[in-house]
Amino acid sequence: MDFELLVGIFPQVLLDGLILGFMYALIALGYTMVYGVLEFINFAHSEIFIVGAFVGVEILLGLKSAGWLGALPWPLVLLLILVAGMVVSGLLAVTVERIAYRPLRAAPRLIPLISAIGVSFFLQDLIRLVESVWQNAFNLVYPTMDALNQRFELTQTIDVSVKSLVVIVAALAMLWALHVLVNRTKIGTAIRAVAEDQAAASLMGINVNRIISLTFLIGGMMGGAAGVLFGVQYGLINPYSGFIPGLKAFTAAVLGGIGNIPGAMIGGVVLGVLEAFAASYLSLLTGGAFGAEYKDIFAFSVLILILIFRPKGLLGEIVRERA
Amino acid sequence: MIRNLVRNALVFAVVLGLATLPSASNVGAQGKGTIKIATQSPLSGGQAALGEGIKLGAQLAVEKFKGGLEKRGFKVELVPFDDQAKPDVGVANAKNIIADKDIAVVIGHLNSGVAIPSSEVYKEVNLAMVSPANTNPTITDRGYPNVFRVCGRDDVQGVVGAEFAKGTMKVKTAYVIHDKTAYGQGVAEFFKADAEKKGIKILGFEGTEEKSNFDPIITPVRAKNPDLIYFGGIYEQAAPFFKQAREKGVKSKFLGPDGLDSSDLAKIAGKAVVGMYYTSVAGPVSVYPQAKQFAEEYKKKFGKNPEPFAAQAYDSTAIAIKALEAVTKGGKAPTRDAVTAAIRDVRHTGITGAVEFDAKGDPKKALYFVLQVASENPEKWSDNKEVKRLSIAAPVKK
Repeated sequence: MDFELLVGIFPQVLLDGLILGFMYALIALGYTMVYGVLEFINFAHSEIFIVGAFVGVEILLGLKSAGWLGALPWPLVLLLILVAGMVVSGLLAVTVERIAYRPLRAAPRLIPLISAIGVSFFLQDLIRLVESVWQNAFNLVYPTMDALNQRFELTQTIDVSVKSLVVIVAALAMLWALHVLVNRTKIGTAIRAVAEDQAAASLMGINVNRIISLTFLIGGMMGGAAGVLFGVQYGLINPYSGFIPGLKAFTAAVLGGIGNIPGAMIGGVVLGVLEAFAASYLSLLTGGAFGAEYKDIFAFSVLILILIFRPKGLLGEIVRERA
Repeated sequence: MIRNLVRNALVFAVVLGLATLPSASNVGAQGKGTIKIATQSPLSGGQAALGEGIKLGAQLAVEKFKGGLEKRGFKVELVPFDDQAKPDVGVANAKNIIADKDIAVVIGHLNSGVAIPSSEVYKEVNLAMVSPANTNPTITDRGYPNVFRVCGRDDVQGVVGAEFAKGTMKVKTAYVIHDKTAYGQGVAEFFKADAEKKGIKILGFEGTEEKSNFDPIITPVRAKNPDLIYFGGIYEQAAPFFKQAREKGVKSKFLGPDGLDSSDLAKIAGKAVVGMYYTSVAGPVSVYPQAKQFAEEYKKKFGKNPEPFAAQAYDSTAIAIKALEAVTKGGKAPTRDAVTAAIRDVRHTGITGAVEFDAKGDPKKALYFVLQVASENPEKWSDNKEVKRLSIAAPVKK
């Protein structure tokens, strides 16, 4: 076994894993916030995430065909697509809640879950329909922005591209902003109050419906931002691209302790790093007997182990106490 | 995963509904009844570009050659099925196809992994399948009487790739990546085996179903710095891999099999694939002098350039129609057994060359090409240069 090689690629694998992990963390926030408030898993979140990516690519393609893509400074373009992706995904999440979940709020817990799965199907094929009519394409390619593809070569085997740094910085900034919003502001207090006891919160003069909408808006916005970053980082999206990252992010949310915002972040990073290590090292360590295709099996085996010993996730579940 | 199951069940239900709907309306339109020619290829999803080419190529052939059958009083119809490049969908469609007694022959599939299980279904009723594109050796090595293909095989294609890598590209080390399908992994294994025999050192052999994030696969590749990366798979997966590899500074040359042969490869990967080589069993239309008129008609009718395998689908359909003409002499309605037997005897000089089947259903001699990507503009995909052309007989089964 080539020991030098194994050690040599370690920092790069860690970096790959961190980028993937922050992406999962951003998506996981959407699951975890909604669960924290409603104890309900919004399975349509993976589609809300990928809608953000589609908004981003449509704007970029529009700018490109207008000839502005090269002319505008890249941070401005990036900010534009991030904001647009966040707005559209956020509003979509609110709309979905209003139409498909709110009428079912009093129903047994499994009913809105089924509704969420239905919404997920519906959105997948709606995106597919719109894209095939509008672009006549299934896979959409993010136009290359050269500035984002610049790489800093640290050593011969390790480097980091501008877009990877953007992903990490954007994810950290948003996680921090969310943390401040939930813990230090009046709106955050209201969200936490609704999460603890809807009836009591309502008696204290909090508009519960509005706070729930707001929760969906924030979760959707995080998902939309993650979608744009996903597209920028990996370059190719299709209407079903959201499903697997969504599933992984949901796992990350459970791993960190569902309903727990710092937990979502830690869960995402742990899962991303595990996955990257499995994909890069399995075939090197086993001499090709197990390859990168086993990355999910390896990552999920570790998750099961963690959850056996910490069934409430790494940081613990945060849900309201039942009277 | 539950969602996938549910989705497949829904798709199945819809397909079933669609397939059973029209059967009542078209009995005896011109007296003698209808002969249906089915196509099966992915019409939706990431491989639709190639799959649609197969359908349109067949459609053009039906329109062009159906005259003879119509004179005998038959109505000729093309019925396209969408196998979504998924084995389960292909098999579900196949069951509907064999249930429709008017379907006399199937043109398809694109993916070997779909064609193998689907042809098991066709075999139950001895329904002929003429494949324009399936290269996995198993397709014909099972010795089924109803299975034919007009293209070459992966055990030869892999060797052609390895020979080119050694002889022309002069590589010393290679890293092999595949997509874990019957097709991709199959051709990758043939490449690997022959490359090793020729003294190329294989630094890694890796399968993945990943479609977007290739970072953790690229990192070890870059550290090992092979002269060549061989990707056994289809363009929708290979293109983002190549693009991300170049973005991460991988300098190795790229090589792959005919699954990469689609303008979408250039559309997705852009300049990362310019100058790369791929082997193919289907040359671009420009290498076949007889195919020029086909390309013009195709462009005029459908408003786009023919994708690879469209010409092969056209020829496959022409062969099927020739067999149909042979069995309907005197106005007899064709039986599936008769059509299957007649295809074996067809000698056809089509736009992609002369085809004559051996006992297994392989063409006695098939053409293999090595091509080079000319431009990052997908419109110019058909300008890809032919670097090498070989005519090789199908290997005898050991």
